[in-house]
Amino acid sequence: MSEVGASTADAGEADRAEQAAASGGGVICLVERDGATIAEASLRALTFAASLAGPLVSVTAVVPPRSGTGMAEPDTEVIAAVLAANGATDVCLVRPADLSAYAPVAWARSLEQLTETGGASAVVAAATDHGSEVLAHLGAMAGLPVAANCVSAESSGPGSWQLVRQRWAGSVLEDAVLEASRALLTVAADALPPSAAPGGESLADGAGHRPTVRVVTPALSEADLRVRATEAAEQSSGMSLATARVVVGGGRGVGGPDGFATLEELADLLGGIVGVSRVVTSQGWRPHRQQVGQTGTKISPELYLACGISGAIQHMAGCMSARHIVAVNTDADAPIIAHAEYAVIGDLNEVIPALIEAIRARAS
Amino acid sequence: MDILVCVKRVPMVGGKVLVTADGQDLDTRMSGFTVSPHEECAIEEAVQITEREGGTVTVLTLGPPEAADQLRDMLAVGAHRGVLLETDGREWGPVATAAAIVAAVGELGHTPFPLILAGNESADTGGYQVGIRVAHALGRPCLTGVKRLELAGDTIRAAREYRGVHELFEVALPAVVTVREGINLPRYPSLPGRLRAKRAEITVLRPQWQADGLRKQGLRVPVGSARRAQVLGHGTAAVPALIDVLGDLGVLPPAVRSGGDGAAA
Repeated sequence: MSEVGASTADAGEADRAEQAAASGGGVICLVERDGATIAEASLRALTFAASLAGPLVSVTAVVPPRSGTGMAEPDTEVIAAVLAANGATDVCLVRPADLSAYAPVAWARSLEQLTETGGASAVVAAATDHGSEVLAHLGAMAGLPVAANCVSAESSGPGSWQLVRQRWAGSVLEDAVLEASRALLTVAADALPPSAAPGGESLADGAGHRPTVRVVTPALSEADLRVRATEAAEQSSGMSLATARVVVGGGRGVGGPDGFATLEELADLLGGIVGVSRVVTSQGWRPHRQQVGQTGTKISPELYLACGISGAIQHMAGCMSARHIVAVNTDADAPIIAHAEYAVIGDLNEVIPALIEAIRARAS
Repeated sequence: MDILVCVKRVPMVGGKVLVTADGQDLDTRMSGFTVSPHEECAIEEAVQITEREGGTVTVLTLGPPEAADQLRDMLAVGAHRGVLLETDGREWGPVATAAAIVAAVGELGHTPFPLILAGNESADTGGYQVGIRVAHALGRPCLTGVKRLELAGDTIRAAREYRGVHELFEVALPAVVTVREGINLPRYPSLPGRLRAKRAEITVLRPQWQADGLRKQGLRVPVGSARRAQVLGHGTAAVPALIDVLGDLGVLPPAVRSGGDGAAA
């Protein structure tokens, strides 16, 4: 790995490196871009990494390239400030020679080379698709286990960590012990507190510290580049389920493919979008892209109005980030009632048309 | 083409999960077992490929003797051959599971399985690793999270979505591919399929368990996750109260918000 450019290091840098060496190496965190900014999940993972590292150890945020789709390269100063506010002491921009798109093995190879040169004790990534994939490759290359979906981790001695991690997408927690020469952890970012804005109180050593920014070029073989993405912007067909402010959910209680027109009408009135449960997509009533759940889309709307949905674990895993859940269900004992804030006990095929009529009557 | 599909036996959870008294497993006395959703789609994809292009589908799982039930479920929807990597019921981590699969691929030797399919992640542990670890051990490329798969000769083209971007991949066989639900709509078993599955012989191998550095101490259900909804009423009589709630949450159309004081439907 070659360092192409190194910018200013402040006076504390040498001290920190010494302390890091004494306490068994720093912590490295993979950071993903989201357009011109840093992905929120990665900022939460970075905060997690900083608390795992403790005050004396370096926390290196590793930023791989992201071509996006013709996205401009974000301002390094801005990135560094955001990362520092969330606990980074060092920032490492990875610029492979022949690569701008996502390439999971190449990213993992870059992390491997950084952990070896820096002697890192732990590598952390958000448990996103990219984060999980890259850490699995790193684990396979290094012959190390990966503890997936962690919600907390603390060192319990050299080469030993006490962990809590999610199972069943968060419906069950596992207490576990990891013993390895290096901890590889993915972090269930949804379960962690929101990230800090730049200028806020930093969790890392020395709030307001300006991180060292390095640019590194990893040594990549042809095999590392075999899997690489060609990216294309998604066809935007209006509102997305993942970001909608209101989601009107329909489940088995809708009764068949024809019942969804009413829910669509209500969603339109409320400026929202329709989501469905897994039974609806496996029956072929609606396309899978409308599924909310562990194997579908995870939503975080202001309101989730769940109609005729029992509230299986698989479904709740996709909507637990909704700010408010209101359920319409014939069964007062359905599991969804235990997750909702408000409930109407009744048949959605009567309640929803009456609701639409009432909203229209008031609007006119 | 001869395709290997790896599936995992997991509890069929409904609305509530319970942990056994010793805290080591989910209480499955009231539920059955199934394979993870993404893997049902992996089987369907493999069956469709062999229906189109010929070849066989071998379904493999690692688990206790009862996991043969899940193999038979997959044989009933079109897989041709079942392989059980039988365990003593202990939990196997991704490192040990991948090593056992790689060893089995060697032992089942006469077919090199140019395509190995799996689910992207299991429903229970969500580890995201077994397919990738198998690929590394076999020196193959691995495509993950695939929602569209095309085969053209020795080339695989695959697509998935991530953060609003379509990611397209192209690799040469042999390869490992992990898929996601939505890639297809799995079929239901036919009666002849069920009968064939019932009679089918299952190859049993007994791999050696190995520790991988990650040790489960116990499972628990998070506390305080359950509350109870405030019931606004029954049937259409609840609509005025429901509108008030929607108004408080600020999701009603502007015209309703400004003019809707007290009026009931």
